[in-house]
Amino acid sequence: MAGTTLLDIKGVETYYGNIRALNGVNVQVNQGEIVALIGANGAGKSTLMMTIFGAPRARAGTITFAGTDITQMPTHEIARLRVAQSPEGRRIFPRMTVMENLQMGASLDNLKHYEEDVEKVFALFPRLKERIGQRGGTLSGGEQQMLSIGRALMARPKLLLLDEPSLGLAPLIVKQIFDAIRELNKSQGLTVFLVEQNAFGALKLATRGYVMVNGNVTMSGTGKELLANPEVRAAYLEGGHH
Amino acid sequence: MAATVSPERDVVVPPIQRAFREGLYAGAIALGLFVLFIGLRTDQNISNELILVQRWLLLALVVIATAVGRFLYVGYAQPAMERAKAEKAKAPAVVAEPGFVRQNFNKIGIVVLLLYPIAMVLAFGFQGSLKWVDNFGIQILIYVMLAWGLNIVVGLAGLLDLGYVAFYAVGAYAYALLGTHFGLSFWILLPAAGCMAAFWGVMLGFPVLRLRGDYLAIVTLAFGEIIRLVIINWREVTNGSAGISGIPKVSFFGLMSFNVSDPNYIAKVLHIAQSGAYYKIFLYYLILALCFLTAFVTIRLRRLPVGRAWEALREDEIACRSLGINTTTTKLTAFATGAMFGGFAGSFFAARQGFVSPESFVFLESAIILAIVVLGGMGSLGGIAVAALVMIGGTEILRELGFLKVVFGPDFTPELYRMLLFGMAMVIVMLWKPRGFVGSREPTAFLKERRAVSGSFTKEGHG
Repeated sequence: MAGTTLLDIKGVETYYGNIRALNGVNVQVNQGEIVALIGANGAGKSTLMMTIFGAPRARAGTITFAGTDITQMPTHEIARLRVAQSPEGRRIFPRMTVMENLQMGASLDNLKHYEEDVEKVFALFPRLKERIGQRGGTLSGGEQQMLSIGRALMARPKLLLLDEPSLGLAPLIVKQIFDAIRELNKSQGLTVFLVEQNAFGALKLATRGYVMVNGNVTMSGTGKELLANPEVRAAYLEGGHH
Repeated sequence: MAATVSPERDVVVPPIQRAFREGLYAGAIALGLFVLFIGLRTDQNISNELILVQRWLLLALVVIATAVGRFLYVGYAQPAMERAKAEKAKAPAVVAEPGFVRQNFNKIGIVVLLLYPIAMVLAFGFQGSLKWVDNFGIQILIYVMLAWGLNIVVGLAGLLDLGYVAFYAVGAYAYALLGTHFGLSFWILLPAAGCMAAFWGVMLGFPVLRLRGDYLAIVTLAFGEIIRLVIINWREVTNGSAGISGIPKVSFFGLMSFNVSDPNYIAKVLHIAQSGAYYKIFLYYLILALCFLTAFVTIRLRRLPVGRAWEALREDEIACRSLGINTTTTKLTAFATGAMFGGFAGSFFAARQGFVSPESFVFLESAIILAIVVLGGMGSLGGIAVAALVMIGGTEILRELGFLKVVFGPDFTPELYRMLLFGMAMVIVMLWKPRGFVGSREPTAFLKERRAVSGSFTKEGHG
């Protein structure tokens, strides 16, 4: 199945009130790829992430997932098509334990594969296993990020959306998380669409990348191409990468 | 010493001096607060003229008591508490094994509740037990049930509902109207009243789905008032403010009756002496069973996907939706389930009183129920039951304090101080235990052993 388009975003425009946040964005994510979307603060990266999930809704353009038009679909039904997200700010359930958070991720299948999948998550993030009975809100930032990704994985997604998984984390933890994403992609063939400010790490990890400026996609190419591109280097990489 | 207003100053000043200062401040504040409340009182003299009664001595006593109290607290009680705390911190942290009572709190509670009417009958006889079983037992248990029902909406799903009493009213009127007009039995109307209330829960739920927090609270408050006003004004059906009387009693599962005139009257059937206490004791066990049902359903639901979804919804709605949870149906089920238990309690209330009127369903009732949930610790059944016991039992016990008349004079009516004490208790509990009596939330999923999550990790005011 490698190579077929899984997520197709065509000419999407999103508004916050009268302010246009996305200006006709075109992005494709193919089966088995890791695609990175990089850009500065306020470029519209997270808005695109949220628009895929229908909150806020695109005012123009279409979003197609695995052949289904999801542009107008309610958020929870989009999730049921096996699109999982680790949203910006992680959004774990702070007063529920690690285990309960993971259970919430598996609620789509009513915990059918729970035992099996929870072991997979613990194999990927052994730290979570140590914290199993602890409340989500008492975890460190890195652990919360791991939990957020783990929770998303519990739904057995076809497409994993990650919104800034490296935000506010120590370089060592960022490396752990990026390694885990790479591992998921390699061993399970999981398709990942990732939004990042950490352009260097994201582009090194990604098969392909897009650069977003002011609600427009201005550049695209393979991860290596973009890393070598002088404009990208000047805007996002020079001055010390993370 | 130019920088007199530095925050460190309090540390430098010796405690006694600081206590003296704080005492003076407290006295001044008390004087300002109470000069019009206590110092002056309006009254009527014999010829019905308005006169001012001056009570400077009483005012002085209150002010002095406040000042001295603050002085003692800051000067002696506070340092002593801090010393104790420091010593506790120095001592090696021993995880104290919770005592027998604490460990088996729920079991002991259930046994006490089951034996309570029997103990009362043994202690006071059938006639003497009436007051204790009815005014205390049944009254408190109604509030326990209401608070547990509201707990589903507020404590679990995190939807602040200020109009919960509306569902209580729906249940009560459903039984009162259908029972008096069609002569249907309580045992048919109990589930019917629950369904009716659940229906109205969904009706309320639909328009407020988009609302959260304060906005939701206002709309639910309005809903509670709408139901009450409909009851008052729809005279043809509800008989308005006059209420409905002659509501039939609950029968003993259709086998025996509690009406003296009925041929199946319980005392005739069982060949025992006539007494009104049987009915009260029966009602006590009935409401107790309804409470247990509420608790059982709540506990079970929490472990089911829908209960987990409620709790997740309380924490983060967006995350819920992105995990494939339909937040619309989740919210509606919470409203409906909570409302259903309110309806059960309402129909029981109507059967017990034999009379319903809009007077019983004012906003204050909603506020009291919500206060019980918050004081008990949202989401904690045990804590809520204790809070109901303290709040409702406490206000009932005020009626028993006739002996205080000896101290305060014959005009003293302790019942009048009900709301004052209620408010005071609430302030004290919130200062002392901001997360309610039981602030810890028991996780629903375990790896090996159950371990309650300490209240210190919970956000204040949440379970």
